[in-house]
Amino acid sequence: MMPDLGKYAAEVLAAYGLSLVLMAGLILLSLRKGRRARAELARIEAQKDA
Amino acid sequence: MSLWEYANPVKFLGLSARVQPYLWAAAAICVVVGLVWGFFATPDDFRQGSTVKIIYLHVPAALMAINAWFMMLVASLIWLIRRHHVSALAAKAAAPVGITMTVIALVTGAIWGQPMWGTWWAWDPRLTSFLILFLFYLGYIALWEAVDDPDTAADLTSVLCLVGSVFAVLSRYAVKFWNQGLHQGTSVPVATGGRTVSDVFFYPLVISMVGFGLLFLALVLYRTGTEIRLRRARALLARSKKEA
Repeated sequence: MMPDLGKYAAEVLAAYGLSLVLMAGLILLSLRKGRRARAELARIEAQKDA
Repeated sequence: MSLWEYANPVKFLGLSARVQPYLWAAAAICVVVGLVWGFFATPDDFRQGSTVKIIYLHVPAALMAINAWFMMLVASLIWLIRRHHVSALAAKAAAPVGITMTVIALVTGAIWGQPMWGTWWAWDPRLTSFLILFLFYLGYIALWEAVDDPDTAADLTSVLCLVGSVFAVLSRYAVKFWNQGLHQGTSVPVATGGRTVSDVFFYPLVISMVGFGLLFLALVLYRTGTEIRLRRARALLARSKKEA
């Protein structure tokens, strides 16, 4: 149930929206970079072993 | 057992893999509980109205923005003194997390300040030192990217981190040093134990602060693992080129 934010609804929602987008973006970019690093290392190690 | 054995990348990655699931779970629970409790279940402040709900983002983000820099400072000092690569990579891994927290603190502060102070921004000591801290984060990240040799990059960024620590300290204590400006002093002084916020706001705020701290730890561990793998990949590539 959405609380009544009164006349400051825009400010509160903007603060939460922007913060959550930034945090989600940071987490997703970190996970993507991590997956790429694992794949790249696995590829190079496989080449070395071959 | 010594803490220094985790300077070995393999041991560090092993410990990190064991700890991370618990850290991510605890961080998610605390952040969600803190923010949902704060947003949905706390009353409006009698002066600030519903804008008080911004405290559950602004304060934890600002806290982590400063503490991330201190963590980078400790890791940089370990690199400069003991030359452990994992510590230099941990500092590098923490910087994007720290700058994100700094941006969240600055943006939510501006959004909160506009209706309460009548302005988005003021050249107040705490706000200004926080902006300079943001610029130091930018410079730190840019310096890592600009220098090809990773050891030289670690040396230079460590020195930059030492210099930037002045502004990290100022960000926290500027209000006390100058005792002027729009920004209030801390509402939850850890050292004295006293506080100026009511329990109804305090408990979700503490949970949110703990959540942001755990999220920072989880992200730094994960990102340090990424940096270690990228470094190993570069080293293997360089070795195979030399052999070819």
